[in-house]
Amino acid sequence: MTAPTPLVVERLWKSFGDLRVLSGIDLVVEEHEVVCLIGASGSGKSTLLRCINLLEPIDSGRILVDGQEITAHGVDVDRVRRRIGIVFQSFNLFPHMSVIDNVTLAPRKVVGRDRRAADEQAMGLLQRFGLADKAHDFPDRLSGGQQQRVAIVRALAMQPELLLLDEVTSALDPELIAEVLNVIRELASEGMTMIIATHEMGFARDIASRVLFLDEGRILEEGPPDLIFRQPKEARTQEFLQRIIEAGRL
Amino acid sequence: MFEEAPRNSGAIPPPRASQGPRIGAGARSLLIAATSTVVFFAAVALVVGNSPGWEDFRRSFFDWAIFSASAEDILPKFWVNVRLFLIAEALILVLGLVLAVMRSLPGPVLFPVRLLATIYVDLFRAVPGILVIFMLGLGVPALRLPGVPNDPFFWGVVVLTLLYSAYVSEVYRAGIESVHPSQAAAARSLGMSQAQALRYVVLPQAVRRVIPPLLNDFIGLQKDTVLVSFIGVVDIFRQSQIEQYASFNFTPYLVTALVFLALTIPLARFTDWMVARERNRRGSSVARRGSRRGRIFGIRA
Repeated sequence: MTAPTPLVVERLWKSFGDLRVLSGIDLVVEEHEVVCLIGASGSGKSTLLRCINLLEPIDSGRILVDGQEITAHGVDVDRVRRRIGIVFQSFNLFPHMSVIDNVTLAPRKVVGRDRRAADEQAMGLLQRFGLADKAHDFPDRLSGGQQQRVAIVRALAMQPELLLLDEVTSALDPELIAEVLNVIRELASEGMTMIIATHEMGFARDIASRVLFLDEGRILEEGPPDLIFRQPKEARTQEFLQRIIEAGRL
Repeated sequence: MFEEAPRNSGAIPPPRASQGPRIGAGARSLLIAATSTVVFFAAVALVVGNSPGWEDFRRSFFDWAIFSASAEDILPKFWVNVRLFLIAEALILVLGLVLAVMRSLPGPVLFPVRLLATIYVDLFRAVPGILVIFMLGLGVPALRLPGVPNDPFFWGVVVLTLLYSAYVSEVYRAGIESVHPSQAAAARSLGMSQAQALRYVVLPQAVRRVIPPLLNDFIGLQKDTVLVSFIGVVDIFRQSQIEQYASFNFTPYLVTALVFLALTIPLARFTDWMVARERNRRGSSVARRGSRRGRIFGIRA
């Protein structure tokens, strides 16, 4: 008997008004897989992640997590979101709470863990990612890189089965990107199943088990990173990568 | 509102040279402010004091004997107003928040809830308070319904609560809408329900932002407690009216005016201080250092 597949997306369509953003996405993510989504801004990467986390209602298609259809009627969306973590480009930490409260809020209020147990778990995670000394600071005292690492820890505290990372380094100063990427590398080495939307091509090439090139709401091309970055088949992929290389980002 | 504060990165010193020494500039502006204030008020006193009706005016508004005699009767009645606004304020804070949350609820199913809250707010902001006081304070007791109190103080609290909750709910709502939707999204993405996201993430930020405008509304409320004098409560205003009828002199109103001044001015300054503190907190660290000394009446102290 095989374990159920963590994520299956079938024929996913999504529009915002007249603007079609996703045009029939099919995607299967296996356990421990790290899938990188690349493509131009507006190609639908973020929307796909937000749809998987049910932050955006979909127009048609199905999404299955561990074999359970989460887009069906009557599904408890709050329960689904507990299993799927997402980290945003703009961190979105809660500015009125200390770092540790940011991390423990959901475990306490959603899972019902008591404060001591939640604090202990949070401190463990913060320690692992070099943030223990920031536990009682407020987010505005932290650098962007530290804030984003806290946001990742906050998502991890809910022990998600699947982690979605939405351009998590795009809002960071260049010198702060590495510390965040290192956290993600560590998670990947531990076998966390992740879908990562990113503009960091070098990072995607290193870490991805599979790279998906999104273009105008479709998965135009996919494969192992070596294949996609060295020998892209589609003209649009070649064009996109060419522009990235010209910008000195690959 | 903020001037672009230069970030002191070490390489570029902040432009200070043209301003001269800071303490000298501060003392100078203080001196100018003091002089122009004295000149202005001296001119006003001269014009008013030399007006043809000044003596009559002084007798009917500033009669010291009547002032001290009536103050004795008037001051204790202020306790009625204090009780009124303390009780009403507590109720308003709650009802206003309930209304604001009702109006902020999403989804088509909850449309009737939003509609009701909107009608309520529109209604009580539109109708003059004095009319509401008459209709509820005199009208409802006139129905002689069993079990319905006819104590005018009770109806005073009810009417002030109804009126000001409408205003205060709009203040709260502005606060709720000022919290970026990404905050609620982050909360929901962690598995929190709509209600939990509101309770733990959105409202704490919203309320913090609207404390100064809330205090502003409460200054208004404190003054409007005199409305209850129209339905038979002997409060500070009614008592000064009684004193006026007895003495054929307006000085008793001066007593009332001074009492309200003494109460609202500290609250107004406190509100200013809160606004300034909030602004500092959100400003850059450089801006924060610049204005930490605080400003009183707009003059750098």
